[in-house]
Parts: sequence; C-alpha cells; structure tokens
Amino acid sequence: MIHSPPAASATRILAGLLEARTGQQIAPSRYWRIQTALAPLLKQHAIPDLDALVAVLSDPDNESLLQESLEAMLNNESFFFRDTALFASLRSEAFPTLRERRSQQKTLRIWCAGTSTGQEAYSVAMLFHSERDKWTDWTIEIVGTDISATVIERAKAGRYSQFEIQRGLSVDYMLRYFSQDGEDWVIDPALQKMVRFQQENILKPRTDLGKFDVILCRNVLMYFGPETRSIAYAKLERSLEDDGLLMLGAAESVLSQTDLFSATREMRGLFCKAVPGRTGKSSLPAPFD
Amino acid sequence: MKTCLVVDDSKVIRKVARHILETLDFTVSEAADGSEALEHCGRAMPDVVLLDWNMPVMGGMEFLCALRQVEGGATPKVVFCTTENGRGHIQAAIEAGADEYVMKPFDRETLHSKLQIVGCA
Repeated sequence: MIHSPPAASATRILAGLLEARTGQQIAPSRYWRIQTALAPLLKQHAIPDLDALVAVLSDPDNESLLQESLEAMLNNESFFFRDTALFASLRSEAFPTLRERRSQQKTLRIWCAGTSTGQEAYSVAMLFHSERDKWTDWTIEIVGTDISATVIERAKAGRYSQFEIQRGLSVDYMLRYFSQDGEDWVIDPALQKMVRFQQENILKPRTDLGKFDVILCRNVLMYFGPETRSIAYAKLERSLEDDGLLMLGAAESVLSQTDLFSATREMRGLFCKAVPGRTGKSSLPAPFD
Repeated sequence: MKTCLVVDDSKVIRKVARHILETLDFTVSEAADGSEALEHCGRAMPDVVLLDWNMPVMGGMEFLCALRQVEGGATPKVVFCTTENGRGHIQAAIEAGADEYVMKPFDRETLHSKLQIVGCA
C-alpha cells in the first residue's frame, strides 16, 4: 500500500479551508507555499507539523488560531506603483477624464479592493497629492479594504521597512512623503488622512461601501476559482458608478473571465462596465450574495 | 539592448547585479571603483550606472561629480546602490545629480522598478 507523505493531506485540508473562508485558491503545484508560510506559526505555537496543526484547528475553540493560519497563508505581496505604466495611465488619462465627468460634484471615490499593506492606496493618494493644485476644492475619498485584519493594521500604521519602501517608489516620492524612523519609513500624516482602511471581504462585505468612480482590484481575482471570480466581478460591477473605471493587475484581463466589463478604448489597462446601468447580471454563472 | 555599468568594489555584488541586469536584457560591464568607471565612460558612455558609495581609489560621490562634468556625462542615468541608508546620504546623492537610489540589500523587483522609474526598463 502506498501512503502519501505525512503533510500531504494536511496541506489539502488547509488549502480547502483557505478557499472556503477567503475564496483564494492555492494550486496543488504550489502547496509547498503552505508549509513555508506556516512555518513561523508552527514554531511560535510549538506545534510540530502541519498534521498536528490540522488536528488543533479541528477544535472549534481554536478559531483565533485558524484565523492566524489563514492570514499566514494569504499572499500579501504588494509594492508602491506596481506596474508603473498603469499608474501613469491613471494619472494622465483616467483622472483627467473623471475630473471632467465629475466637474459639477467635485467628488471622487476610489476603492482599493485587496489593498494588502496599503502601498497601492498610498500610491493613489500620492498621485492626487502631487497634483493637489488641480484638486483643491475636490473631495477625494480613498478606501482600502482587505480580508486580513493584520495587513489592514499595517496599512493604517503606514510604516514600511527599508526593503518595502523602495519597491516601486521613486526616491523623490520617498523623500517627499516619508520620514525615516530607525530602519523604517513612515508615511506623511497628510497622506494618511487621505486614505481610510477597513477589513472587508469583497465576496461578503459587512458594510455597504457605496459606489466608486474608480476601483483597483489588482492581483486579487487571479487567486480565485472561476465561480468565485464571477461572484467577485458582479460585486465590483455593483460597486462601480456606471461611468466608473476598473483597474486590474498588469497580467489580468476581463477577456474570457466576465462579460460584465470590457476594455476601455482610450485608457490603457482600464476597464469599464460592458453595459452601463446593468447591475451584476451576467450570462456567465449567476452571482450570489 | 541597454547598457549598464556596475561600479562596486565587491565582486559578489557585481556578480549578483550582473545576473539580475542580464535577466532584464541589459548588456553589463563592470568597474571596481570610480576611477575605473570614469575610464570606461570615456571609452563608451553607458545608459545606466549602478553606483556604490564607498569604494577605494575613487568613491561614488566623487565619480558622480566627475561624470557629470565630462562631455556626454549628463546622459547616463545614475542609480546609487549602497548600504548608506540615511536620509542625509540619499538627499546628498540626489543633489549631486543621481537619478535614483537603491538601499542594499536589494532584489530583482526593487532594481527593476528603479530602472523603470528612470526610464531604462
């Protein structure tokens, strides 16, 4: 009889728990990530291996350890101005277009869905702040959400290591918007005030965030399976103004993924509602709440 | 293909930087100090210089000031790459004419993003 390696069934169970609770999938070829991601937690709690962890997590009293395990397995990689060309498109094309479209209301709402540790939301804030003379009498609201409470706390703190601060951030912006505190770099309070962070699961939002003019949901949907992804697209469509814009990761596209959005003709890397006025109805698998 | 001159007295750092830069489609040459780097620039001006701060013979700041004064020396993008990580050092480098700044240790993503920022990747 052939037996699986001791941790193989444990990794499958943990991957299943991650998908059930967060929607994020880990392909079997990447199950090795689970062992790597959970190694510090096993050490901290003196749990010998993944099999033992699964046994501990089967006790409903250990919900907080389960949350801790899920958070450790989430991919929270983030950096400033990730995909510079897309942020250039936001600055030079999307924001000027929206400034015309909202010239009466003078309000813009931006949602960074899956904001991780805040670099993306602060990058958006820097775009506005660096051109603040154009937005002086506007209300700019930037909301960053993430399923992980841990990363939301880090985003709120706006404190980044030397390694994190220079990933994607120009030295000009680093000196302009961050102060140095020991080995860390801390965000300027003026930028911190421009962004509101809160813990939310985009698949099951606890609060109604309202409608947004721009939604950035980058490198999030790629971790979802097809059914979960179609639910997420429907949520995003419902949260976007009819003439709003959706920005995905550089390697992501709506093509063959959803018919709720289509590429804009004039703005590189940005998507708009395929049928303005329609809300979350698709010929693809039906979304549910 | 863009050209990058890696200026560092550490053979290991030059090797690591070369490896990363070659995966980013750069043609890489090396110099062990600022003096060697100036000689190299006199023969062929690179598109980018990846520059250490502390080196024997001629350090990074001295090289940068000299480079910016020679004919064609205003053209290359200069990215400091150093363990000097204080705000004062960074400001001084930018004021002296550096275009970007990388604090060691660095990885491929960091270097790639900095080269994108200076318009070379």
